[in-house]
Order: sequence, then C-alpha cells, then structure tokens
Amino acid sequence: MSTHIEKDAHTGRETTGHEWDGIKELNTPLPKWWLYTFYACIAFALVYTVLYPAWPSLHSHTKGVLGWTRRDTVKSELDTRQQALAPIKAKLLATPIGDVEKDPDLRNYVQAAGHIAFAENCAACHGAGGAGGKGFPNLADDDWLWGGSPEQILQTVTYGVRNSNPDSRVSDMPRFGADGLLTKEQINDVAEYVLSLSNTGTDKAAAGRGAQVFADNCAACHGEKGEGNPDVGAPRLNDAIWLYGGDKATVVQTITYARRGSMPAWSERLDPATVKLLAAYVHSLGGGK
Amino acid sequence: MSVAVSGGVPITAAQPASREAYVEDVVRAFTIATMFWGIAAFTVGVLIAFQLAFPALNFGLEWTSFGRVRPLHTSAAIFAFGGNALLGTSFFVVQRTCRAPLFGGALPAWFIFWGYQLFIVLAGTGYLMGITQGKEYAEPEWYTDLWLTIVWVAYLIVFAGTLIKRREPHIYVANWFYLAFIITIAMLHIVNNLAVPVSFTGTKSYGAFAGVQDAMIQWWYGHNAVGFFLTAGFLGMMYYFIPKAAERPVYSYRLSIIHFWALIFLYIWAGPHHLHYTALPDWTQTLGMVFSIMLWMPSWGGMINGIMTLSGAWDKLRTNPSLRFTVTAVAFYGMSTFEGPVMSIKPVNALSHYTDWTIGHVHSGALGWVAFVTFGALYYLVPVLWRRKGLWSQTLVEWHFWTATLGIVLYITSMWVSGIMQGLMWRAYDDMGFLQYSFVETVAAMHPYYIIRGMGGVLFLTGAIIMAFNLIRTVKNGQPLAEDRPAGLVAAE
Repeated sequence: MSTHIEKDAHTGRETTGHEWDGIKELNTPLPKWWLYTFYACIAFALVYTVLYPAWPSLHSHTKGVLGWTRRDTVKSELDTRQQALAPIKAKLLATPIGDVEKDPDLRNYVQAAGHIAFAENCAACHGAGGAGGKGFPNLADDDWLWGGSPEQILQTVTYGVRNSNPDSRVSDMPRFGADGLLTKEQINDVAEYVLSLSNTGTDKAAAGRGAQVFADNCAACHGEKGEGNPDVGAPRLNDAIWLYGGDKATVVQTITYARRGSMPAWSERLDPATVKLLAAYVHSLGGGK
Repeated sequence: MSVAVSGGVPITAAQPASREAYVEDVVRAFTIATMFWGIAAFTVGVLIAFQLAFPALNFGLEWTSFGRVRPLHTSAAIFAFGGNALLGTSFFVVQRTCRAPLFGGALPAWFIFWGYQLFIVLAGTGYLMGITQGKEYAEPEWYTDLWLTIVWVAYLIVFAGTLIKRREPHIYVANWFYLAFIITIAMLHIVNNLAVPVSFTGTKSYGAFAGVQDAMIQWWYGHNAVGFFLTAGFLGMMYYFIPKAAERPVYSYRLSIIHFWALIFLYIWAGPHHLHYTALPDWTQTLGMVFSIMLWMPSWGGMINGIMTLSGAWDKLRTNPSLRFTVTAVAFYGMSTFEGPVMSIKPVNALSHYTDWTIGHVHSGALGWVAFVTFGALYYLVPVLWRRKGLWSQTLVEWHFWTATLGIVLYITSMWVSGIMQGLMWRAYDDMGFLQYSFVETVAAMHPYYIIRGMGGVLFLTGAIIMAFNLIRTVKNGQPLAEDRPAGLVAAE
C-alpha cells in the first residue's frame, strides 16, 4: 500500500497518505493554544522545582531556593498554637476543679476545647451529646453512678471504672442467680419489688414478698429505699432511670448475672490538662451536682 | 480505498486477505465477558455504596464485609470489565489495522482468554476468603500474580507478533497505545508484586519492599495502572472506534505522535502525588506534583483528537449509538484529566486527599470515560462480530445513554459535595485551634450523599442491564447481513 496523500474536502487539510482499515489521518499542525499551554506547564514545573526541594542526587536532593520544608512548617504551626494555649492550660491545672466554672476564661476554654476532646474520646460510648446508651451512662442528666460533683467526676475520668489501674473505681454486684445466692422465685419477687420502687411493677403480691429479699441482699449497697450509693457505684433504683433497661426481663437478667461496665483510666491515655478539661466539660453538660 | 457507508450502524471496511482469516471467535468471547463482568462489577459497586450508607448491609459476615467486597468491586471493574474490553478490542483492532490475523492463530488467543478469566476468578474468590496482599489494585497474592504474568506475556507475544507480521507499512496509533499499555502493565505488575511466599502450599507472601519505599512502589504501580491500563489502553480503543464510527479521518497525526510520547514519558513519574503529606520525602512529592501538572496537555491531546475527528460529522452523534457513547466518554476524559492535575497540586490535595472527592474523581474517569468508551465499542462490535445489520433497538440505546449519564452525574456531584464538605470539616478549627468536628460527625454528615451516590450507581447498573438485553437481542433476533461477503468489502445496509 503506497502512500497516497489526499485533500480532505471538509477541512481543507491534507491527509498523511496512510490508511488502516479505512481510517485515514489528517496532517493538521498542533493547535497553538495546546502547545503554548503545554510549554507553560513545563515552565511552571521548572520554576517550582527551583523554588522547592526537588531533584535527587546520589545521597541528597536540591533543597529549593525558598528553603521550605514540610517538617518546619508543621512544627512552627504547632508551636504557635501550643504557645498560645500554654497560659490557659497552666491556669486550668492550677485551679481546683470545683472553681473552674467560676472563671469566665476557663469556662470558655472548657467549652471550646472540651467539645472536641469529648467527641474524640468519650462520644463513642457516651454519645455525641453525652446522652449515653444501653450500658453507657447518660452524662447529661443528674443521675450519677459514682457521684456528680466536679471532684467525683475528675476522679472517675482520671482512674476509670473496673479496669486494671490500681486506683480504678471498683465494685462488684454479686451474680445472685448464676452463683445460686437466690432462687428463681426470689429473683422474680425482688425484681417486682425493685420495679415497684419506681411504680412500674405489675405483681403486688410478688413485690410484697420481694421487700424482704431486697432488705437482706440489696439494701446494703442500693440503700433501704433504693436511693443508691455513689461511694460504691450502686445505682439509684427508685427513679425509673435504667442503665441496662427497666423492663422486667432485663431487671431479672441484671440480678441473675450482674453487670460489670467498665471505663478506661484516661490518665493513662491523655495528659493531665486534657483529663481535667474533660471532667470540667462533662460536669458542664447539665447534670452536674 | 475509502468505503462509502451511509446511516445506521457502520460496518467495518476491513480488507484482509480473506475475512475468515481473522480470529473473531475469541473477540466474541471477550465481548460477552466484558458485558458479564461489567454487570457483576456494577452490581457489587452498588452493594458497597449502600453498605457505606447502611452498615447493616455488611450482613455481619466476614465474606460480605466492606473490606473484602470493595477490592472485589475495584478489581471486577478495572481488571475484569476493563481488562476484557481491552484484550478483546485490542485483538479486534490489531488484526484489522494490520490486515493480518492474530499471531499464532486462535489457540494462543483462547489460552489468553481462559487464562485471564481464571486470573479473575482466582483473585475475586481469594478476596472473599480474605486472601490479599493489602495493596490497592494489586490485592491478589503471589500465585495469582504469577499466573497473570504467564497470561500477560502470552498476550504481549500475540499482540507484538501480529504487529510484526502486519501487511500495512505503518503501525496505526491505536496500536501504539495498546502496545504501551501491555508492556508497561507487565513491568508495573512484576515489580510491584515482587514477594516471597511463606510456603509454596500457602497463600501468604511478604512483599520485597518495606516502609515508604513500599508505598512509593505501590503508587508508582497504582497511578500507572490508571495511566496505562485505564488511559493508554482505552485511548487505543478510542483511536479506532471514533474514526470508524464517524467515518472521518483522525484530526491530527502530529498531535497523536506528540501527545503519545509526552503521555508515556510523563505519566510514569506522577505516582508520588498519591503520597502527598505522608512520610514520602518533600523532593519526591514535588516531582510527583509537577509531572502531574505537565501531564495535563498530553492527556488533552487525546481528547482533542477524539472530539475534533467529528468535525464534519457532528450530525452522526444523533444517529450513531457507538459514537454517542465514545464522544461523551472523551468529554468525561477531558474533565477528569483536568481534575487530576488540579488535585495533584499540594494545597488542593491537602483538602481533597482521603476524602470522597478522590472517589468522585476516580468514578468520573471509570464510569464516564472507561465504561462509556467500552459501551461505545460494544455497540459497534456486536453487530459487526455477529453479522447483524444493526442493533436490535435504537430506543433502548437512548434509554441506556440517559440513564447512565444521569447516574454518573448523581455519582460525581454527590461525591464532590461530600468530599469537599468532608475535607473542610476535618480541617475546621476555632480561634483557639481546636477542631470543630469529630470524625464521626463528618461521617454522619456524609450519609445523605452516600444515598445519592448509591442511587447514581443503581441508574448506571440499570443502563448496563438495558445494554446487555439489547445486545443479546441483537445477536438472537437481529436482522442478519444478507450474506457473508467473501472479500470483506462491506457497505452498511
């Protein structure tokens, strides 16, 4: 197949004279705008590589005339931020937790910094607004397992609950059913009694029998009237607020197997200023005492 | 040598020694496999899109969890759908533009076909069982990699052998692109998958590279999988099917040479832009960025040649189903090859990296460019390969086109909004320097866009099913060409 140059009637351009399966090619020159834009990109690339670290040699590379490095940029940004925050952090650490709310600067700082610290560390279990969920206490109400004063909250956040930290808050409810401490009938009765404390029981006769079981087995921690005891993390039982659920089957299960919710000791993960910040923030969520 | 063709689906004007000499059964098999794997890939894509919106769709089973199904989707889309399209069309195009049957005849070609399907099945079933190297787009383990290497070398031999014994004095531009694709993918595949198996009876292996070098090799591979598999290979497809369907000469031979060599030379250096702001040294990131910017015009060279070839034949966009898809594909190609260099600029990347913007960018390329140019090729090929006068239904092509286009628009716009919002939320902080949003808040904010994206996927999948139905009907019920012309000189209708 010999070369056979033709003139394309529509564009007036010549073909290259080649043909493949009926396909021909025009010999159109490169579009000017295309070529100059390509040159401009190359020029930009060359200038950029002069300004910034770019061309490698055997053991090093060109540093760029601006002397820019990413490491320096990040370090200076972080340093600036940390220097700006240093005074307020120092003030927070020096102020007793109970007085943090009285200081307007600290109060602002707790709201701004506490929001994101809570969201990144606490919200996964306690919910974005601290509303909790099944097995994870609501932090925005005034029902506290281990006490709702700023000092008590700081203690709980710092050392956690039922973990391996030596100062962790610890208490264990017996497994009344699983360990044979109470019979099924007794558990049924005492469950009815517990429900009757918040007027949600359905079987008055059983509740009546359960009163004695409660007095013998539960009142030591949960109080004679089920008012709870924050010293041992025993929940209040007469307020219709339930950590694991207030239907009878759940209450029976709780009494039978007990519950052992735990929380990490945040002092093992976060710096003291952030732990204190979180305690103050949690206290501010609305349910503090 | 020119052939007068008018209206309807143009039929190839091949002029071999005899038409029967072309190996076409294998191309037919690749065509069917392309359709099959395309629908499989889109279906799995729809599943994982909705898994992100509704995690319950993971079904609590390890085999159906997002982490295992996601590589199934990406590999099915790139290697099964895209790969079968590339292998099939390259065999079709190289024979006709060389006026020579495949080197070695039908047998090696069948080995490549079945060998490649085996690779796909080995890879895909492995992912579901949790067998993976953990390298994006290179997940298959060592034994699957070795098998693909054998198949790929056979492919190279058949393709290059056909070029060598061609009956045309020059090699057509489509074949440059196909050849660059085949050679570069071989190199990338082998280097990135260098690994030592723990045992020859086990599936696990350890890669030859470690740390940031491993990351660099991986993204040298990953970016050029995009560059040579999804760009160069499909440009080869575009360079055949657009001028054939438009029945116009290619716009500029000179542009094709310059943009080919510029693309091939520049693409291979652009990988580091996947590792901006990581442990990769500053100098490497700089080079990745500037080479990406220089890639802009070489990429657009293909778009110019594709679109300007229509000059004098714009009216065919209304009547020619193949052309409508391939030209729209080139438009999406132009858009995403502009978006890519923009995203490689470091300050832009600081916002876009790790966000859904990247996913949107990939899909404007994958759905808009790769899939659309493939659909165009399929609409051209099926009547030609099965000797039909035209497609069974022109109306269904309309339905496919608009359903799929709407699907793409929903997909990429939702991912732009979601991705830019996500990037802005990640970096939003207050006067004191504290972040405004926790990670989980950004996830919650993306939920509506995930649903829109999923719906876009459903539309795209629906379009593909319409196409499959139409093509099957074309084969089964289409009007046959009057008779098989001996010398392959064919005019349409």
